[in-house]
Amino acid sequence: MLELEEINAFYGDLQALWGISMHVSEGELVALVGPNGAGKTTTLRIISGLLKPASGSLRFYGQDLGKESVHKIVEQGISQVPESGRIFTGMSVLENLELGAFTPNARKEKDKTLNWVYGIFPRLEERKSQRAGTLSGGERQMLAIGRALMSKPKLLMLDEPSFGLAPILVEQMFEMITEINRQGVTILLVEQNVRAALELAQRAYVIENGRIVGEGKGDDLLSFESIRSAYLA
Amino acid sequence: MIEAVAQNLVFGILLGALYGLAAVGIAMVFGVTKFLNVAHGELLMFGGYASFWLFKLFNLDPFLSLPLTIIFLLLIGTVLYKLLFVRMVKLPEEEKIKNTMLVGFGLTLILQNIALNLWTADDRGITTSYSGAAFTLLGVRFPYVRVAGLVISLVCLFALQQFLRRTYTGKAIRATVEDWEAASLVGIDVHKVYLLSFLIGTALAGVAGALVLVSFSVEPAMGMHWTLKSLIVMVLGGAGNFMGTFVGGILLGATESTAAFFIPGNYRQVVGLVLFLLILIFKPQGLFGAKER
Repeated sequence: MLELEEINAFYGDLQALWGISMHVSEGELVALVGPNGAGKTTTLRIISGLLKPASGSLRFYGQDLGKESVHKIVEQGISQVPESGRIFTGMSVLENLELGAFTPNARKEKDKTLNWVYGIFPRLEERKSQRAGTLSGGERQMLAIGRALMSKPKLLMLDEPSFGLAPILVEQMFEMITEINRQGVTILLVEQNVRAALELAQRAYVIENGRIVGEGKGDDLLSFESIRSAYLA
Repeated sequence: MIEAVAQNLVFGILLGALYGLAAVGIAMVFGVTKFLNVAHGELLMFGGYASFWLFKLFNLDPFLSLPLTIIFLLLIGTVLYKLLFVRMVKLPEEEKIKNTMLVGFGLTLILQNIALNLWTADDRGITTSYSGAAFTLLGVRFPYVRVAGLVISLVCLFALQQFLRRTYTGKAIRATVEDWEAASLVGIDVHKVYLLSFLIGTALAGVAGALVLVSFSVEPAMGMHWTLKSLIVMVLGGAGNFMGTFVGGILLGATESTAAFFIPGNYRQVVGLVLFLLILIFKPQGLFGAKER
């Protein structure tokens, strides 16, 4: 469903991505792992349209998204949960979720989607009238994911959903992500927690210094020597 | 003595409501887009002239013609935005503020001179059947037109707050204020939100201009005065809280007029600026501004 081909991207004069090629198929849970500053978030920003590629092609169901604006890409069915959630802290939990369903199509089915999201994250329903700024770290992350799900995405991109969470919460978070994927949402997961991500994902890409340096099934990569020594030692 | 002070205070509060309305407009634009439109006062001036000519040429009551005045200002606002301000949308915040200020100062000169050429430097005021009328309460006079100015300002403010609180579009504006990138990631067209906020600010300037016309008068060079008051009030009330901004306006009006009673007339302008400095020194987030989240 999603295809990146030879993507080059810059921040000013600084090249951040060098010929990135990768694909995600319908129903998959794909992980993109690598060290800090490798270009994981930049890759997501390219896909969601926040950063425009200098060259290369970005296609979603065969359609070229390389020049599409961010809100149009959301309408196409790609939703990104940015790093650390970036929920609207001044608004209520419910308002955050409502805004998630901003696109015309999502708005029509808002109530139905809301029930679905509450089903996945019952905690959000309990806190729906609370100001989002008062939520705990784990709840914020749930709200960020819930908000992204409200747009009824075909592809959900998660940027470090485990970041800053206590170990027990991390485990819960990964369980929820698996559950969302099982319910039919394709997921592209960016993680620094390499072992957990590789265990979770069906397939994974390893990115270093803005280049894809490895690709394979999650299990295979886990036993990959260079990955073991670099991330799991 | 007490009656005279009370009279001054009432006039100050009624004038302050207009400061407040003008300031809410400039704060709306600044809060959402980070455009510091120093030509806001000129937009207000155009609102006043629109109302004046509608009265003069078509004998339209300035209160009844408010919708037309608003439409006229929306047209001006759209042209200015598409021609000038849209170019600064993508700049980082600080450059945005600086560049829009520069553009705004240029605009003040251009708009002033347009008004000067079209309508001369004369003070323009209007006299309606109810212009001089007032009611008296406890020996204090309340002119109807100025009270109407206060009421209309409050109605605008209330409508704006309900719009921001209850509608989808209003929530999209608030989301954009908090985090425009996260807002765009939920599918909000941030450029549309910017244009809309700019236009709301412009429309409020138009309403304020019409209200200034009925209570006082308009002339081509009045803009800077109103921009200055708006900026003082915005800082006074704290940006991002429109009720606070409005109350800040009333506070400035009341302080100025009360001070004018005790100190010689020309120092009246200084009072506002002193207040401005004191706020900046002691409570830079504004009287009603949230500290931070």
